[in-house]
This record gives sequence, structure tokens and C-alpha cells, in this order.
Amino acid sequence: MTSLVVAEHDNRILADATARTITAARALGQPVEVLVAGHGCQAVADAAAGLDGVDTVLLCDDPLYAHPLAEPFAALILSLAERWDAVLAPATSHGKAVLPRVAALLDVPQISEITKVLAPDTFERPVYAGSVMATVKAPAGKLAITVRPTAFAAAGAAPAPAPILSLPAGPDPGLSAFAGETLSQAAGPELTSSKVVVAGGRGLGTADNFQLLAHIAGRLNAAVGASRAAVDAGFAANDCQIGQTGKVVAPELYIALGISGALQHLCGIKDAKTIVAINKDDEAPIFQVADLGLVADLFQVLPEIDAELARRGYN
Amino acid sequence: MNVMVPVKRVVDYNVRVRIKAAAVDLANIKMSMNPFDEIAVEEAVRLKEKGKADEVVVVSVGPRDCIETLRTALAMGADRGILVACDGAIEPLAVAKLLKAVCDTEKPGLVLAGKQAIDDDCGQTGPMLAALNGWAQATRARSLEIDGTSARIERETDRGTESLTLRLPAVVTTDLRLNEPRYISLPNKMKARQKPIAETTAAELGVDITPRLTVLDVAEPAPRAAGIKVKSVGELFDRLHAAGAL
Ligand SMILES: Cc1cc2nc3c(=O)[nH]c(=O)nc-3n(C[C@H](O)[C@H](O)[C@H](O)COP(=O)(O)OP(=O)(O)OC[C@H]3O[C@@H](n4cnc5c(N)ncnc54)[C@H](O)[C@@H]3O)c2cc1C
Repeated sequence: MTSLVVAEHDNRILADATARTITAARALGQPVEVLVAGHGCQAVADAAAGLDGVDTVLLCDDPLYAHPLAEPFAALILSLAERWDAVLAPATSHGKAVLPRVAALLDVPQISEITKVLAPDTFERPVYAGSVMATVKAPAGKLAITVRPTAFAAAGAAPAPAPILSLPAGPDPGLSAFAGETLSQAAGPELTSSKVVVAGGRGLGTADNFQLLAHIAGRLNAAVGASRAAVDAGFAANDCQIGQTGKVVAPELYIALGISGALQHLCGIKDAKTIVAINKDDEAPIFQVADLGLVADLFQVLPEIDAELARRGYN
Repeated sequence: MNVMVPVKRVVDYNVRVRIKAAAVDLANIKMSMNPFDEIAVEEAVRLKEKGKADEVVVVSVGPRDCIETLRTALAMGADRGILVACDGAIEPLAVAKLLKAVCDTEKPGLVLAGKQAIDDDCGQTGPMLAALNGWAQATRARSLEIDGTSARIERETDRGTESLTLRLPAVVTTDLRLNEPRYISLPNKMKARQKPIAETTAAELGVDITPRLTVLDVAEPAPRAAGIKVKSVGELFDRLHAAGAL
């Protein structure tokens, strides 16, 4: 029997979250199969086959999977249930939507957003916005797991590519239809895998200041992040939100500008290597977790940072 | 069309829980309706106000204290409540099964649920319920329009936003940007006391709610050590360079 990893991709590029989920799957000690369901997604299957620790890639290339609809993806995974003991998906907007359907129809509990594999049936996961880490043991039977990608290293390149097995499409539940999407305009690296993240909060005050923040991020080749308050205020797109109910990041360097440091935000950044905070309130909770803090008014400091980076040759 | 909204009683989002005697200490802690469920109740009530829904039924699974949570939803404008009384830990799969049983008799045209509960952060109940019912789902909704037998949802994804058309009945889970829940006025609070709350149990609904997972341990993560304050932007970047962080 095997561990099945549900690949995250956009039909062209295999997301880094998949390589990290493969590492979690390897820890279960079973052969790993990666399911690439999509349309016109051969390149994604090839990329998955090139990752270390992958035994087989299952490619299901069909218009039914052109868009990541939860119902047909769950139906496909269920139709393959005889192949696998455990199914793992990255805890992305797609993985989180699909996996509970699979678990429910197999009548098994799901273990959400694991951060460690302690034994093949025992996992660590955060609860209460990361205020508590719980160790949970699953019962005998099939496992359904979502994986917090930042908690696992990415699988590297394989010495030789794994075989790719083509599968016919699964059933079409015909319950929902894709009706368009608006991709975020964010330039630069992807937020959850970027080495540097520059994030802004309500303290930026205006959308113009947020533009300046994005410009500074560009100089550092950093991804742009935001607090919920900055997203709610319309300064940043929803997919920039970091925290308990947004994305989790673990960059080398996290720079928080005008973010107070609410629990719901901090749990999304706690694994950053270095945290920098700039805030005009020297009692802001963000300073309790920051490695380097600067108490200053952003209206004054943002242009200074921009000039300083220009002076240091960050174009 | 009736709209059903499951509401969970959780530790208030402003409270930081602690571990005491190898368990999460919930003694004398402020409890509230899960914020995402509040957004779901608000949306359901707005659907009723727009004439798109006939009745809003709220359901809570948990101890008798959940009646308070149901009353809050009734004060926001829901019509009646159902308490599925049970004590002790209850997992999302069991909750989904209980809600499925309630759906079988209530026959809602739409279930509006929160995208996650802020205590266990599982985010499973909505999609599980949709699957058990054989229904469509849309998680993380930021807008919702009902049009006869279908719903048009805009949902927040990791890449931006996505629009879906769902066949009804369906389960839609709410995200933060869907709406801003209303304040409850005193008259509405009074009115809510008159609204009916029915009670049932897992046994009556024929659902086995025995937990399947074993929690072996709960612990507070090691706190991050606080760092230092710098005096200027120049010093900040000097230090980042010296530390190799840039
Ligand atoms: C259900 C739920 C889910 C949530 N999920 C998330 C989540 O995923 N992510 C998240 O981030 N939040 C989340 N929140 C919200 C969270 O509780 C906080 O409200 C939010 O993080 C605050 O954002 P902020 O720090 O930008 O704003 P504020 O808390 O308002 O802080 C603004 C900061 O800017 C500083 N400031 C103001 N002006 C200036 C200036 N000129 N120069 C320098 N500094 C200045 C202030 O001193 C202050 O510290 C959630 C809340 C709920 C209820």
C-alpha cells in the first residue's frame, strides 16, 4: 500500500508545497505516489516525477480537472482509495477544500495541517491559533492528512525520474462549475516560499504607503504580505493575508511594518528565522517576538528605507 | 428556501489559552460564537431580508451552554434554533454527521458555515457535511448570490479569487471579507428570548460521536526570545547585513 500525495499546481507549474508534502509522506514509511490531476498538465507530472522520494506519478489529464473543483477531485481520490493507506494534501485553499470530502466519505477522521510526523500514526498540529501544539494519534485504517508546507523541507531532485502512470478520469459529480478567476497581481516570489517577506499592517495608513512597501519589497526580491487589517482596508489582496486564517510563512527574513502583532498574525510568522518590526508604539506585541525592532513613524521611515536600500545597491 | 447555519461556541478570539495540568485550561474563560459562524449567520439573515430565504435555522452541537450561542444568532435575526446536546470532545466528522441528520429533516436549500473554528482550526465540518449530503460546496466565500436553484460564489484562494456556480442545495463556508456582522440591539436581544429552540441528542439522531483520534499531549510552544531595538534605519540594515540575513 502507498501514501498518496495530492499535487498542487496550476496545470503548468508544480507548487513548492507539493515537494514539502512529499517529505511528510515519506515519513509515513510507505511508497509515495503523487496524483497530478489537471488538464494539459504533463509538465507538472514530469516535475513531480523528478522529485526525490516519489515512487510513481499518477497522471489524470482531463478537462474535468482543468480547474481545482473540490467535488471531482475528491471523487477521483476516492475512486483510487484501494491504492492507498494514507492521502496527504498540502494545506492550501485547494487541499483544505478537497480532503475533508474524502475523509467523510471514507468515514475516517481528518488530521488537519500537521507540522510533524512523530510516528506513522502520530502527528503534531497547532490548535488555538498556535497557542497550543497537540499530539494526536490516528486510529487504525486509512489516514487523511493536510500538511503545513512550511513545517517540512522540500524534497530534492531524484537521481532518476519516477514512472508516470496515466489514469482515466474519475466520475463527474456535476455539482459545481468554474466561472472565472482573478489572479492576484502580486509580482515577485510566491509568498509562502519566498526567502524574504515584507508585510504591512493597518499602520501603513494608506494604499499609497502600501505601494511604497511593495516597491521596497521589490528591491529586496521579497514577497509582499499583509495583516488581516491591511487586507480588510483594501491595501492588499486577500491572498497576501498571513496568519491563523490566512497563509503561514517561514522565510529567512520577515519585515513587519505597522503590524501590532495580534496572536492571529503571529502564528503565521513564528517560524521565520529573523523577524524585523517597525512600529511607532514601543509597546506593540510584535516587539516581543522581533529579533530587531525599530520604534518609528512609518510615514517618515518608509522613504528612508527606500533611499537606504537604493544607496546600498538594491535595485 | 430555508438556510441552515451551524454555530460553534468557542474560546473568544481575544483570549490566549494556557495549559494547566496537561490540558487546555478553559476554566472561567470568555466564550463566544466562532467569528466565521457569526459571518455565516449575518449572511443568512441578509438573504432573508433580501427575500432570498424564507427561514434561517441555527444549529449548535455541544453542551447546554451553546443555547447562549444560539440566542446570539437568534438576536442577529435567525428564526429558530436547534441544540444537539452532547458533552465532551466532539470531532468534526461527528459534527458533520449530526448536521447531516438535521439536514435530513430540515431540508435546507443552503447551509452556510464558518470556514474554520478558531479553537481546533480544523476547517473540516463544511466540506464533510457537503460530501455526506452529496452536495456541492464552496469554501472561503467572499460574496454569495442566490439565483433560483443555483448559487454564484466568489471565493478567496491562495492565488486570488475564484468564481463558482453551485447547484443547490449546497454548503458554503464563509471567509472574513463576506460581510461585517451587525451589532445586536437590545430590542432584538429581547425578541430572541421568545424564539424557539428545539433540543435533540446524538442518540436521537442515531449518530455515534465517539472520538476517533486520541490526543496524546497538548503543550505550549517555546516562546521566541525577544531581540533588541535599533536606533535608525541605517543601523537596522547594518545589523541585517552583519547577521547575513540579507
Ligand atoms: C476570526 C479572526 C481571524 C483572524 N485572522 C487573522 C489572520 O489570519 N491574520 C491577521 O493578521 N490577523 C487576523 N485577525 C485579526 C487580528 O486579530 C488583528 O486584528 C490584526 O492582525 C491586526 O492587524 P494590524 O496589526 O495590521 O492592525 P492593528 O492591530 O490596528 O495594528 C496597527 C499597528 O500599526 C502601528 N502604527 C499605526 N500607525 C503607525 C505609523 N504611522 N508608523 C508606525 N506604526 C504605526 C500601531 O502602533 C499598531 O501597532 C483575525 C481576527 C479574527 C477575529
